[in-house]
Amino acid sequence: MSESVMGHKAFKAQLQKYYSFYTGGFILFLLALAVAEQMGMTRQWIGYCFLFATIGLYAGIGIMTRTTVAAEYYVAGRRVPAFFNGMATGADWMSAASFIGMAGTLYLSGFDGLAFVTGWTGGYVLVALFLAPYLRKFGQFTIPDFLGERYGGNIIRSIGIFAAILCSFTYVVAQIYGVGLITSRFTGLEFGVGVFVGLSGILVCSLLGGMRAVTWTQVAQYIILIIAYLTPVIWLSLKHTGNPIPQIAYGQVLQKVTEREKVLTNDPKEIEVRNIFKARAEAANENLKDPAAAYAKGKADSEKNLAALKAANAPADQVAAAEKAAASYPKDEAAAKSQWNREKGLAARAAPPRPHATPYPGKDEAAQDIARRNFLGIVFCMMFGTAALPHILMRYYTTPSVRQARQSVFWSLFFIFLLYFTAPSLAVLAKYDVYHFLVGSSFANLPVWAASWAKVDPGLLSITDINKDGIVQLAEIVLGTDIIVLATPEIAGLPYVVSGLVAAGGLAAALSTADGLLLTIANALSHDLYYKMIDPNATTARRVTVSKILLLVVAIVAAYVTSLKPGDILFLVGAAFSLAASSFFPALVLGVFWRRANKWGAIAGMCTGLAVCMYYMYTTYPFFGGVPANQWFNMNPISAGVFGLPIGLLTIVVVSLLTPAPSKQVQELVDHVRYPHLRGDIDTQAA
Amino acid sequence: MELTAKHQDYWHRNLVVTAVLLSIWFITTFVVAWYSRELNAISFIGFPLGFYMNAQGSLIIYVALIWYYQHYMNKLDIEYGVEEGEDE
Repeated sequence: MSESVMGHKAFKAQLQKYYSFYTGGFILFLLALAVAEQMGMTRQWIGYCFLFATIGLYAGIGIMTRTTVAAEYYVAGRRVPAFFNGMATGADWMSAASFIGMAGTLYLSGFDGLAFVTGWTGGYVLVALFLAPYLRKFGQFTIPDFLGERYGGNIIRSIGIFAAILCSFTYVVAQIYGVGLITSRFTGLEFGVGVFVGLSGILVCSLLGGMRAVTWTQVAQYIILIIAYLTPVIWLSLKHTGNPIPQIAYGQVLQKVTEREKVLTNDPKEIEVRNIFKARAEAANENLKDPAAAYAKGKADSEKNLAALKAANAPADQVAAAEKAAASYPKDEAAAKSQWNREKGLAARAAPPRPHATPYPGKDEAAQDIARRNFLGIVFCMMFGTAALPHILMRYYTTPSVRQARQSVFWSLFFIFLLYFTAPSLAVLAKYDVYHFLVGSSFANLPVWAASWAKVDPGLLSITDINKDGIVQLAEIVLGTDIIVLATPEIAGLPYVVSGLVAAGGLAAALSTADGLLLTIANALSHDLYYKMIDPNATTARRVTVSKILLLVVAIVAAYVTSLKPGDILFLVGAAFSLAASSFFPALVLGVFWRRANKWGAIAGMCTGLAVCMYYMYTTYPFFGGVPANQWFNMNPISAGVFGLPIGLLTIVVVSLLTPAPSKQVQELVDHVRYPHLRGDIDTQAA
Repeated sequence: MELTAKHQDYWHRNLVVTAVLLSIWFITTFVVAWYSRELNAISFIGFPLGFYMNAQGSLIIYVALIWYYQHYMNKLDIEYGVEEGEDE
């Protein structure tokens, strides 16, 4: 702590200068590409320019900030000013799911999707009140470090390592998946190549400079992602309301959407389409009652129909259609069954549009209550998970002081707020566009954006003329969540360069989060497992080298798992929050606020919390062979933390009271973290 | 290291401000969400209030809560002489 106030001030001024130049340079780069587009640059080349310019930039920052000093590698030298740590935390926090998926989720689930908006922001209140300042005062390198010192012994540290890796690994797979998806979509490169290109950007950065390089890259990534998110939304808001502040302007748009929902609910053509879906779903249900008989009958019918038409010398086009129907009839009973099971799902499309602003819709009071309970459950898990995810908490070790750690939580939430505050307005503006302009247009003359996206990727947007009237009905449209953000520039009528910018923003969000997570995993293994438990005499250079090798190994394993495309990544991300909330939160908070909490309490509490959470997911989530019938109080498996956290907390209290109080040394450590400065105090800061 | 009465008082005031801010957080988050259906009957700058609180209002309150906490605690540190020297 020899750095003087002047040193910090000069450093901050220098950073401000660098990042102002950088932001200006980035805007110039955008303008240059916009001009190039007007002069005839192709879309694919614009995609390449964004991909290689941004990844090259991140790699450049990585090379410039390379280091082998432990304090620099693990906590960026503890001199990241509050403001910049806030930006870095923002990028660290906002993943591909926040950037690309959030607005789409809000579009599709309306009010109920807001659980993620409040959950992923309100958690920072808990970080500010319960964790950031105290962890900063403690001042070591990792979260298991705190558990190890506070509760003593390697058992609790090992549990911490296990939990940190469990939460971070599921999360990092989702990020690498996002990287592959974005690069392949915007450059035409193959998914696997996309993963590889993205990964090389992550690795150059974190391998060379650890936390220090990751921090300064994340600041750069935040600037790109926020420009990319806000630009098209502001434009769209101007287009529809004449007001450039979407967060205020969308109130009136929401009213129009609500009006339109009522019209579409009662529109005869819409009802016609919904009835077709209903009939198909019912037919499939009927067939599934006795699949063998239904299959034999269906096959015979289609052949008989073809034979009859041929015998009657029917027109050629009718015969051809019947031939096609007979040929595409499922080959065996199993194929027919899976087709009917899919068609059974059409029942969902037979429902009228979901009212956007109405909380907890449901067919009766019981269903509405379950929806409300699950909304609160998701909010709870996302908030406490936020306040327990190691890759976020680790960022508060990097500020110069406790004072700045507190300020830094404010800046973190402020920068995250800019995006989350905007997402609900984007969802409503996009809905307005779809409900008013896409619905009712003719299939021969679709809006340009819809026609082009439907062609590129039917998974994102598919429109089929179900009732053959040549006009688009709302019930005929199927949207994927990602399309809302990806297509906004085109909906707003902006040039392609803005679409490239959005892709670069999504890439920055995914890469920055992956950086932080990989570093967390590698540090848990190299610092906590190798240095603290296996070889405490290792030199700093050796520790850093081990960390770098582990980082490479973890990255390769994560990329391999990603290439297997494991199903339902969104569930895994949600699961990471519940797991973090159940395992870390009680032990960390009681460690500061309750002197009496001891080693055995913490060990029992963390294990119980994790076990309850995992047990609940295992018995209720279909992926693991669970069934919804096993649910407690009708809570979805994603909210398993609702049970894990309180049970874990209670276990710590009960077991601690049944076993001896912690030693005097540990009590002094608690006092030490509670006060930013005490005269004649112990020093726990790691160098 | 013995803590003086003044130190105890500092910690006590920290707990009080933490509890107050946490209660506001709790009401903003869970109580408001619980009664969103009822709140939606009220209109606020063109929005149904229940929707507005969950989409925008609560976020503004969270930012304000954290700002107030850092402002209050950084002042309290100086008042009780437990602040860090020279922004180390």
